[in-house]
Amino acid sequence: MTIFMGSTTLTPTKPEQVAGIGDAGQGGGGFRPSHFGGGGGWGEFRVPERTYRLGMWFALTGIVMLFAAFTSALVVRKGMSFDWVPVRVPQVLWLNTFVLIMSSATLELSRRSLRTGAAKEFIRWLSATLVLGLSFLAGQLLAWRELASRGVYLASNPGSSFFYVLTAAHGIHLLGGVVALGYVVLRARRIAFGEVRRTPVEVTAIYWHFMDALWIYLFFVLLNWM
Amino acid sequence: MAQAHAEAIGRHEAHAPTGFIRRYLFSLDHKVIGIQYYLLALVSVFVGLTLSILMRLHLVWPQVSVPLLDKLSPLGAPNGVITPEYYLSLLTLHGTLMVFFVLTTAPQSGFGNFFLPIQIGAEDMAFPRLNMLSFWITFSAFIVLVATFFIQDGPPIGGWTSYPPLSAVGGAAGPGMAMGENLWIVSIALFCVASMLGAINFIATTLDLRARGLSLMKLPLTCWAWFLTAILGLLSFAVLLAAGVLLLLDRVGGTSFFVPGGLIVSDKIVPHTGGSPLLWQHLFWFFGHPEVYIAILPGMGVTSHIISTFSRKPIFGYRAMVYAMSAIGILGFTVWGHHMFVSGMSPYSAFAFSILTMAIAVPSAIKTFNWIGTMIGGKIRFAPPMLFAIGFVSLFITGGLSGIFLGQPPIDLYFHDTYFVLAHFHLIMGVAAIFGIFAATYFWFPKMFGRMMNVTLGKIHFWITFVGVYAIFMPMHYLGLEGNPRRYSEFIDNFLIPLISLHRFISIAAFITGGAQLIFLFNLFWSMFRGAKAADNPWEATTLEWTIPSPPPFDNFAGKHPVIFNGPYEFSVPGAAKDFIMQNSPETVTAGQ
Repeated sequence: MTIFMGSTTLTPTKPEQVAGIGDAGQGGGGFRPSHFGGGGGWGEFRVPERTYRLGMWFALTGIVMLFAAFTSALVVRKGMSFDWVPVRVPQVLWLNTFVLIMSSATLELSRRSLRTGAAKEFIRWLSATLVLGLSFLAGQLLAWRELASRGVYLASNPGSSFFYVLTAAHGIHLLGGVVALGYVVLRARRIAFGEVRRTPVEVTAIYWHFMDALWIYLFFVLLNWM
Repeated sequence: MAQAHAEAIGRHEAHAPTGFIRRYLFSLDHKVIGIQYYLLALVSVFVGLTLSILMRLHLVWPQVSVPLLDKLSPLGAPNGVITPEYYLSLLTLHGTLMVFFVLTTAPQSGFGNFFLPIQIGAEDMAFPRLNMLSFWITFSAFIVLVATFFIQDGPPIGGWTSYPPLSAVGGAAGPGMAMGENLWIVSIALFCVASMLGAINFIATTLDLRARGLSLMKLPLTCWAWFLTAILGLLSFAVLLAAGVLLLLDRVGGTSFFVPGGLIVSDKIVPHTGGSPLLWQHLFWFFGHPEVYIAILPGMGVTSHIISTFSRKPIFGYRAMVYAMSAIGILGFTVWGHHMFVSGMSPYSAFAFSILTMAIAVPSAIKTFNWIGTMIGGKIRFAPPMLFAIGFVSLFITGGLSGIFLGQPPIDLYFHDTYFVLAHFHLIMGVAAIFGIFAATYFWFPKMFGRMMNVTLGKIHFWITFVGVYAIFMPMHYLGLEGNPRRYSEFIDNFLIPLISLHRFISIAAFITGGAQLIFLFNLFWSMFRGAKAADNPWEATTLEWTIPSPPPFDNFAGKHPVIFNGPYEFSVPGAAKDFIMQNSPETVTAGQ
């Protein structure tokens, strides 16, 4: 590092760390000397897992802002109106919350199995997570049907409008997580045997746990502020 | 362009895909995607410019018949004569195209995509597939927006801010407010998603893919600007997306987020209750003000870069520039209320927003003085990029000063919705940012396409445009002082009639300035194929993009990893062999650093 002159502190970056992360790029020749390889004829550039994680954290920042905007709209709309009727939260949401927390637990069990090299358990827990995720979405549909059977629709009241908007916005994001889990499950065998990189598991896990936490926050909002 | 790219391929390790579709259309290469964004912005800017020409035409010759316009919109322009409603349609699309598809697209997504990875020594953006997705979603948003021209009642008339309640009650609010407004919201929502995906890419790339030795404080100011802009975009577009979803639900889902009760529109009672139009304004401007900086920050970055390069001097106060841009970004999130002084706001809130708005003058002044400080004593080279950079500084000062007036609630009460506001934001957000785009185009064209742009045409383009935009927008301050309202399509009130001659002057200036842009267009495409071959470093600049061939090879550094030794603006260093030292040159920088 002595070759670096000048008064500013230097952060020696990338290349050696890049090479240090030992994921084999699919079909490509690793990360040195070029990051290009594989990618099905596109000549794709691949970065280390660390960068994908970073990207996911910033994606979550954007999602936080989206829900912050919805929340602030709720606070303003509720605070200024005389027509707000609280929505009684369907009981099934308690079960759903439990299911989603369980899915985070199974996902962690799955990651632990991957780390210890237990391929079978990895795939089993991963599939369990996917099933729990789908159950949550099904449960959300049940909650909507219950509301509809009570005659509470999207346009019935500002309270119900926000109920549907918040649950739907979360549901769509969670659906994205389910799709990602499905993708990971399809590749699970190859991930477990080290044929392809495990980055999708790690990044999906960050997203999934965040969706779990986001739901707990939203559930709190639905229970207390509606 | 195709030819220029083909030359760079084939002598390096990583090769571009060979098929046309994967190389030029659904490309993962950040350089191709950057050019795609740039071309999208170029199409948008000329459509937007045409709309403004039509508006200026209608304002002063309301009865004139525009050929072919009745073919496009038989309802909006019967016999080619623009109706007042169609004027509002043109106005809405002009604003939306310019703000989103030009000012947000070209400086950040266009040049940022092309040059951020190269300037930091990376082979590509961090997530190439995401990058491609961002572009194609942006492109879809453009198609959806322009589609409004071809539906029966034309584009929406709600303006680019699309204020409820009229934007939320459907066709009763006027032509284009039925399907047209729905398409507008969908287009903006798509644009929000694309911008957020793009922003994630920019942030991760800047933080994680810098070459060895390239600390944050050695980043070119352009990279700082793109990085900060990406953060602003990520945080603000999410809020606009939320607002758009709620507005669309008010329109198609029967909800009442923004529409108050007891409203009668076009003699019909609106079946909504209890919503708040102010809620939309808060959400919209929470996005809308950072958006101003999303448009201008990349211009500031490129202006700093060019002024230092063409003055042959290090940028005056590099760290101050970085901190000032960061401060502008942060303060930009705290001032949205100054768009709403007349919307009904507690005077205490207005006072707070006003103080915060004034505070932005401090970092803005730091930047301005640093630009001037950089030029003082420099050996200035007045090439077209430098002319446009100086023009940027000029317009930034002029437009910024009127902002100080508008930031005062009592003065804004008078100026609100007059031509004074029009003059202010066109100078600072519109034209200044466009000058940033022009400066960047003249500066980086040789690197992008391997050929030089014509200097004489560039200078002619600069002088006509520079004088032209002042001729257009300076008189608008006076119109605002006289109380001339925005968005009026004709001047039939008594107090406006004396102003018509000034409007005529503005219109003629606009036609000349608009026409001068054809010089630019010609220069751009002529130089792409016929310009003189560009050397690797025609401007004798110091940053990494000038160390590689023009145009750059597919993987930028031909399989090598550059190492950074120097800051980005080492010009006229005492004792150095030349008057500039490349960032990756191991030559020791001596005293005075």
